[in-house]
Amino acid sequence: MQALDDLVVLDLTHHIAGPYATRLLADFGADVIKVEPPWGDPARRLGPFLGDDPHPEKSGTFFYLNCNKRSVVLDLRTEHGKRALAALAERADLVVENFAPGTLDRLGVGWEFLQRVNPRAPLVSISNFGQTGPYRDYLASELVIYGFAGEMYSMGETDREPVKMFGTAALFESGAASVVACMGALFAAKRFGIAQHVDVSLAETHFGGVDRRHATAIAYQYSGRKTIRAASRTSGMPGGIYPCADGYVDFNNASIRYDRVLDMLGYPDWATDPKYQDPAMRMNPEVVEEWNLHFLQWCLERTKREIWEEARRAKVLCGPLFTIEDLFHDEHFRGRGFWATVEHPVMGKVTIPGRPFIMPKGGWQLRRPAPLLGQHTEEVLREAGVSEEDLRLVLADARKEVSR
Amino acid sequence: MSPKPLEGIRVIDLCVVWAGPFATMLLADLGAEVIKPENPHVWQPMTRGAFARPPQAYLMFAPAWGGGYPNNVPGERPWNYCPTFVSLFRNKKSFTVDLRTPEGKEVLRRLVAISDVVYENNATGTLEKLGITYEWLREANERIIFVRVPAYGNSGPYAEARALGIHLEAVMGHTLLRGYEDADPSSNTAIYSGDYLAGAQGAFAVMAALWHREKTGEGQLIEIAQAENAAAMFTQAIMEYSLNGRLLSPIGNRDIFGRYPCNVYPAKSPGTAETADDRWIAISVETDEQWKGLVEAMGNPDWARDPALATNEGRKARAAEIDQRIAEFTRERDDYELMHLLQQHGVPAAPVLEASRMFSDPHLRARNFFRKQTVEGAGTHEYVGPLWQFPATPVEFYQPPVTLGEHNEYVYKELLGFSDEQYEEFRAKGHIATEFDPDIP
Repeated sequence: MQALDDLVVLDLTHHIAGPYATRLLADFGADVIKVEPPWGDPARRLGPFLGDDPHPEKSGTFFYLNCNKRSVVLDLRTEHGKRALAALAERADLVVENFAPGTLDRLGVGWEFLQRVNPRAPLVSISNFGQTGPYRDYLASELVIYGFAGEMYSMGETDREPVKMFGTAALFESGAASVVACMGALFAAKRFGIAQHVDVSLAETHFGGVDRRHATAIAYQYSGRKTIRAASRTSGMPGGIYPCADGYVDFNNASIRYDRVLDMLGYPDWATDPKYQDPAMRMNPEVVEEWNLHFLQWCLERTKREIWEEARRAKVLCGPLFTIEDLFHDEHFRGRGFWATVEHPVMGKVTIPGRPFIMPKGGWQLRRPAPLLGQHTEEVLREAGVSEEDLRLVLADARKEVSR
Repeated sequence: MSPKPLEGIRVIDLCVVWAGPFATMLLADLGAEVIKPENPHVWQPMTRGAFARPPQAYLMFAPAWGGGYPNNVPGERPWNYCPTFVSLFRNKKSFTVDLRTPEGKEVLRRLVAISDVVYENNATGTLEKLGITYEWLREANERIIFVRVPAYGNSGPYAEARALGIHLEAVMGHTLLRGYEDADPSSNTAIYSGDYLAGAQGAFAVMAALWHREKTGEGQLIEIAQAENAAAMFTQAIMEYSLNGRLLSPIGNRDIFGRYPCNVYPAKSPGTAETADDRWIAISVETDEQWKGLVEAMGNPDWARDPALATNEGRKARAAEIDQRIAEFTRERDDYELMHLLQQHGVPAAPVLEASRMFSDPHLRARNFFRKQTVEGAGTHEYVGPLWQFPATPVEFYQPPVTLGEHNEYVYKELLGFSDEQYEEFRAKGHIATEFDPDIP
């Protein structure tokens, strides 16, 4: 038994943020019916690909985002496609979509249609800038969303351009914010019988997000001060990222407990100078630079793992800069059973990051790999009671595209 | 007024820093009653500020989002309006109690008995020292949902490691994966994306557990190891290694899926980066169609009409040259004008917005994103708004960012039923306060 196994979710999302939200619902038991167009979710064309083969069933990005879901291929431009969608919506507890605003309405399957078919089911619409406002129809991407709405402006070197996070990290954040909205909509429906059309703007999930922007915004309101772009090497002692014998270690904010830093270093003469005890001095860049010269030497004599061990013993804030290879083979995560492996008909055994959290009752399960395109069309549409004639037409649409 | 989705759900917030308070803020936004027990005798760094009483030098040297207190002075009660944290206090309640004393713990026990969720993200061992364990909570309330958010989990060799979001992102690979492609990782700015992900997923975890409890009556203990939770964000790097045994390295602002051009370009700037007045436009072309739009928006210059650039392969081969040419086009143009021009031509683009500029953005204004709130001692300001719009159960500031001990009377008397006399006894024993001890720096 899983926490959400009484839920059926009609998933009209594609690409990254939406599918990540519905993946989380599926992970905790929801029956997520992923509706794809005959040409498939565009994420099927995003790398990395197994063996660098850009095959729609070999995308690592698609795989991660769509485990535990079932795939149904529908061409929503056709009448039989719409009838099949109505049959699916009828049994759904929640509908989630992330088309450009207005797209579902233009297809005749928007909020009003869904309300008619199933007045109990809320709809969560995820879009770049929201369903209203002057930028409603504007296009975006990971870079555009994060640059505009996240705290990217202050990331990087002062004399260079702002620089973003890795990959599509910002869209994953938005996806996580979206699943909270999905649960909120489900609770309102379950507890109070209120089915509503929730508007999630990817931009607003970042404008209001916890990763610095809420703070840079109110700091400006309070003080008129702007957050200047700067690398993090001047924020205390130690503070920032330091090279060591075999890589780098991050000691950001470690300076807030200088007593522990002294313990980590073994109280050497150079570090016990009383002036370093004064919190104000520890913010002074000249003092920090002087201190860093000694500390750098200490770091360079040790490996990242040795340094982290010392920091852990003394309870100092620290993190070694691991490569994905370090991480993948690390005994801590292996020992905790973090990684998960699942068999896929085309890709074979695939290992992915496992549970997002440990929930002993009704918790995370990897029940099935990402679906093949349209793998469950027939099975799901029969469950929904779609007529034989419509089923035949729907399956023909899917085949047409594949043979193209 | 319409009911809120989580109305009637009570959450005890024993959280510190960002990841925990963000989770409980999201729950509060959805209508849960989130109550923060706070100890006026113990300062938890990085929860209501780096310092209870920050020295003026800290205000100067810290980045604006740490040192930007109202009017650039610490004021009388800096813990009520530290810019690093204040926005996360919306819709919450606060009362003070010293949990190191038996009567303080009894207060908490009584609150647990009438609550649904206890949420904490302290360093491993902190709550154990106070005797607050799942067993203890369950004795007070069998149905309690207890969420713990340790950095690396409560088991394994790293269980005791101290970390903020930035450190566990280093361990999970992010710090070596992001940043300029030609620079050393020490040029990376400290960021806290792991706090975002764990915060949002923490709120999700609570709601999944509540859903489960409504069906089964069972409470439970949930563990979110923040490091493990963050892994999802680096999916492409992890899958590249898992599928192909290959390690990725930083590519700056380029597209992880290899679509060109995708970068940040200089725009007309009213000043320099030293005063945060430099401007940049983010442009990302994902299709050949969008490339055509970009060429048109630039006025069809000869270099861009080269048929070799009509395909992604062609653009990839000459990416550096294209970036230089686009920069020549954008350099003397206003970033917002560029956005509108490019978007009209179907090209994803937007300014890389410095935070102060969001307050004048017409789109955010049209969507009524900001909320004016008054915090005692800080004055009236505009705070960032909620993450989503719920039309039938609106997400609002039901309550401005909460000040220390603001709900002492409500919690002790109204919720827990202590008499006026008993309340005065709690005060005499040092539990009731609206200030941290004067000797706390």
